[in-house]
Amino acid sequence: MAEPPFDAEAYVDAAARLIGLPLDPAHRPGVIVNVARIAEMAKLVMDFPLPDEIEPAAVFRP
Amino acid sequence: MSGSIFASALEIAAAVRAGEVRAIEVAESALARIEAGNPRLNAFTAITGERALAAARAVDDRRANGADPGPLAGVPFAVKNLFDLAGVVTLAGSKIDAERAPATADATVVGRLIAAGAVPIGALNMDEYAYGFTTENTHYGPTHNPHDLARVAGGSSGGSAASVGGGLVPLSLGSDTNGSIRVPAALCGIFGLKPTYGRLSRAGARLFSASLDHVGPFARSVADLAAAYDAMQGPDSRDPVCTGRAAEPASGELARGAAGLRIAIASGHFAGTEVAAAAVATVAGALGATAQVELPQAARARAAAFIITAAEGGSLHFADLKSRAGDFDPMTRDRFLAGALVPASWVIEAQRFRRWYREQVLKLFRDVDIVLAPATPCTAPLIGQETIEIDGATVPARPYLGVYTQPLSFIGLPVVVAPLRAADTLPIGVQIVAAPWREADALRVAWALERDGITRSSPVNS
Repeated sequence: MAEPPFDAEAYVDAAARLIGLPLDPAHRPGVIVNVARIAEMAKLVMDFPLPDEIEPAAVFRP
Repeated sequence: MSGSIFASALEIAAAVRAGEVRAIEVAESALARIEAGNPRLNAFTAITGERALAAARAVDDRRANGADPGPLAGVPFAVKNLFDLAGVVTLAGSKIDAERAPATADATVVGRLIAAGAVPIGALNMDEYAYGFTTENTHYGPTHNPHDLARVAGGSSGGSAASVGGGLVPLSLGSDTNGSIRVPAALCGIFGLKPTYGRLSRAGARLFSASLDHVGPFARSVADLAAAYDAMQGPDSRDPVCTGRAAEPASGELARGAAGLRIAIASGHFAGTEVAAAAVATVAGALGATAQVELPQAARARAAAFIITAAEGGSLHFADLKSRAGDFDPMTRDRFLAGALVPASWVIEAQRFRRWYREQVLKLFRDVDIVLAPATPCTAPLIGQETIEIDGATVPARPYLGVYTQPLSFIGLPVVVAPLRAADTLPIGVQIVAAPWREADALRVAWALERDGITRSSPVNS
């Protein structure tokens, strides 16, 4: 089944509310455009299969 | 030569060390030049005249007392305004940070340049919180390209590149998360070095995306670039990312040139627009490089860097985005807000991809020492220009300027940008990319190209 297209508008409204980030109505359209752009980038990354043993690159040394 | 506005840092230092000129005279002359030229470029946001004169006097005193005044004795330098300069408010291009108290100490790399005899003369304009490739800063005004004042200087270290390219200072510092040293160096026609991730301390520099942030120098000659880089190297416990390895000075290696280095041209994603490919072909031809290598999945690497940057930037500024989004620069605000909304799975997958991509690219460096790639897809766009034509397609100008730089900083490879002139006579740059911790190799190649007249900075009297 094909994945439904990413709904940046719905995502922005829901995610901003969830994390308590108030969005000025004047800023909202620009934020939606930018979230849609990031989502396109994320599709490139998320569609690429990686083996489970690949660890995230960020390393913390105690 | 030390009296010429285009005197190199090392020429100034040699003259000061030899007693042919006093550091105080060099500083006074640089301050006069900045006062005269800066209004056209809008490169400086603070000029630290008193501090510069005091530092210059200290250099002259050291010499008068028979002490070594340092390898950069009397060399004026300025820093992107995200580096702490004691007594100056670290703006990081923002209005919000202008409310902060002045810095109480210098950033580590600033302190190391001063210890080498260099003279801090001011702070330089940038994109707000380093999120941009053009230095079109709404709060402090755009920085102008010294080669054409109607055009951008590149960014985010635009003031750093314009001040050096415009002949105001011989040396400056910038930072590079996705291309912010390499893009402005290319567009302003000067040399820039983005060292290996973790090579130079970022302590006292305002972070943007800590997973990807680097700092490095700009100069008009490769020897100056190497001298500044050498002076700043070394471990620093104040930066958790800074390497513990000992300094590996590059200056003494330069004269070895490109001899013995296996040089290849990056293909695929880096094949380049016409103007960018022409610059790479000129450099490759001069070096006799014909082999091609493809960095696998470079477009995905750019995408992954884009996600990590957005998320870390949005998270770093979350409190201000929540309480005072309207105080951000409209040029960055919506991207920071969007970054604050990025889900964790995208970021973590991007960091996993980074590990995979690093392994693939390191394999390539078994067979080559240097990879050549374009620095930008075009010469400097006009200030305010929204789109550029890339191979027949119209794309948003600002993010696209980093298309060739982003996949390289993503895995922290050291890169020197060497400037050339494009057919339209504006500057353009080539990235000379080396394996991790092999800055000296990239600097040697740049030095050979400069010696042979293939690359040279083309400063403009501002």
